[in-house]
Amino acid sequence: MNALRSGVVKTVSLDRERDIASARYAVSKVCDELGARALRKVRFVTAVSEVARNCVDHGGGGWLDIEILRKPTRIGVRCIDEGAGIPNIEEAMRDGFTTAGSMGKGLGGARRLVDIFEISNRPSGGLEVRLVSAL
Amino acid sequence: MAEAASVYLVERVLLVAIRDNITDTEIMNLQEELSDRIVAEGARGVVIDIAALEIVDTFVGRVLAQLSSMARLLAAETYVVGMRPAVAMTLVELGMDLSGSKTALSLSHALRRLRRDGLA
Repeated sequence: MNALRSGVVKTVSLDRERDIASARYAVSKVCDELGARALRKVRFVTAVSEVARNCVDHGGGGWLDIEILRKPTRIGVRCIDEGAGIPNIEEAMRDGFTTAGSMGKGLGGARRLVDIFEISNRPSGGLEVRLVSAL
Repeated sequence: MAEAASVYLVERVLLVAIRDNITDTEIMNLQEELSDRIVAEGARGVVIDIAALEIVDTFVGRVLAQLSSMARLLAAETYVVGMRPAVAMTLVELGMDLSGSKTALSLSHALRRLRRDGLA
């Protein structure tokens, strides 16, 4: 269905915990439609799960856009929350950094699993994380 | 709870199959249910089948590791079985080796080991 499309192909809202599973499922489906290799898919969906959980647990919720990039064909995700953002992004990316009693491997781990990882505070507030992976 | 995972007691071993769409709260509840049942049913082993899980992220990985540590304190050995190869590679990249859990390739493999150790 997405064989010839590019740009944003689906948006998943991230308000509740259940939405993290929905985001994983939606991204996994697009990976399948694009013929992604098993390891690429698992790495990317795992990264998406970390970023989506961060959005729901720490960002007060938001949404996630799934996009298809061309030449070469790749999959991307843009996850945006409406929280307070992160004051010190470099520190937050370090393994072991946590403010919530969790393990603190989430965002740093996600960065290792994708080809492009961009994270920034949005001018209008909230955090934006972008992930891109080859297939 | 019944939707997120099924739990059966066989030969003093709790067999747990986790469903793919399990949420963070459900897996935390499962951890609590298992700790109760290990004691209540005198289980000596726990076998957690994750074959249905397409991915294991840091949250689920941490809960699996904690579950194994907790079971050990309650005198039960935990085996994680059915991990997909791509999941194993991804977990290593995340820096999570589930060092507290024993692993086996399949349910029957785990049961053979538990029997060998006199736990099943």
